[in-house]
Amino acid sequence: MIFRHTPSWPHVSRFRILGFAATLLFGAVYSIRAQDTPLLSGGAGFLTQTTAGNTTYIPTVAPVLEFPITDRLLIESKANLLESAFPRPGRGYDTSHYVALAYLQGDFQANSHATLTGGYFYTPFNTFNERLSPIWINSFTDGPLISSIGVGSSSGSILGGMIRGNAFHNASASITYDLYFSANSAKEQFSSTRLAGTRVGFYFPRTGLEGGVSFNRVLQGTHSSNTGAHLWWTPPGSRLRFRSEYAHAVHSQGYWFELGSQLAGPADSARFIARVEPVFRFQQTFRSKPDATDGLPGANTQRADFGLNYRLRNELRINTSYSRRFSTTGNANIWQSGLVYRFLFPAWRSK
Amino acid sequence: MKLLILSICLLVSANHAVAQSSGSPQNRPTPNKPVVAQNSTPQGNDREDGQQVFHRNCSRCHHEPQGFPPAIAGTVAHHMRVRANLSEKEYQALLSFLNP
Repeated sequence: MIFRHTPSWPHVSRFRILGFAATLLFGAVYSIRAQDTPLLSGGAGFLTQTTAGNTTYIPTVAPVLEFPITDRLLIESKANLLESAFPRPGRGYDTSHYVALAYLQGDFQANSHATLTGGYFYTPFNTFNERLSPIWINSFTDGPLISSIGVGSSSGSILGGMIRGNAFHNASASITYDLYFSANSAKEQFSSTRLAGTRVGFYFPRTGLEGGVSFNRVLQGTHSSNTGAHLWWTPPGSRLRFRSEYAHAVHSQGYWFELGSQLAGPADSARFIARVEPVFRFQQTFRSKPDATDGLPGANTQRADFGLNYRLRNELRINTSYSRRFSTTGNANIWQSGLVYRFLFPAWRSK
Repeated sequence: MKLLILSICLLVSANHAVAQSSGSPQNRPTPNKPVVAQNSTPQGNDREDGQQVFHRNCSRCHHEPQGFPPAIAGTVAHHMRVRANLSEKEYQALLSFLNP
């Protein structure tokens, strides 16, 4: 047995650090306003996917913690936990699990036009990664084929810093911007690519039109650029929504568009018909050169997704979809379904 | 797998328990059915602006939560300010709408 002698001062130092951190935390908790209680949110779901006759079952939880330190400083974190049960030919089912940090970031509101973000955060490239990827938001149980372009890691997050905000805003238009850089990291929970990039977006509230362009440059290995563009339209007073994205990487490119609509308005939300939401998505990818790192299919692919979602309550939703995939490597039918629950509650009881 | 199922069950029960203990249904904000105040008061205008901010920015991506305790209204607005790149004016209006 080996006993290691450790000088006493590091213990004192550790206690001091712990005490200091506890004081800071205690002070922060009591300095925040009553309406700024930290919250736990996120989604839990049971998803299934049947591709060419093989069914995979995926129970998953994605908790989100929002912790305001002051009225200008917010700490946010999200994790993804999932278990996957998939068929092994002739050997029944096998399972694998996946636990990953989606983001852990601090946001400081510097002024009315700028927020400084540091840590591990979702890459602001196009819209899907940052805005639509949570399972309680996404209309389908999987993401678009091009969603891996420009995001810098398999988790969709990068380790670095960002300045973002609203550059201009009035009643008829608003312009937003994001400027970011990131470091190369091979740490398991903080995997990241060294890159620098920007996204600029506009929104016209009167017409419900939104668009933007994204660009980033990979600054490690063979340097390359990723570009993207998005266009959304949500006509005011209508239940229809249109979303689309285009992305281009060095060896592949693609696009998707999605049309969705509730069949009746919120005023009829108690009726069955108001809880049904048909969704259609079409996507296409093109490959110019083999590249296993960009996450897109190895051959040109077209895919049409037909979805029908039903909201049992606002927090509970059933997703179903049928997709037909056309590719030179083989056509396939894909059936997906999911029961998704969204939760939102204070992290502790407040006065 | 068992751990995952157990955590889902815990989250569902915690959500219901905390939501019920943190406020009665009467004082919980329901963003999809907000109480619209008189237009003549500054607070009324703020709340109406906040309703617009909510529908134009938050609802573009996701459905409204069915309701949440007032204790977390500021945190929700703070989160949306970052995610949706809201201006200071929009943030204040949203805060007023979520926690009048």
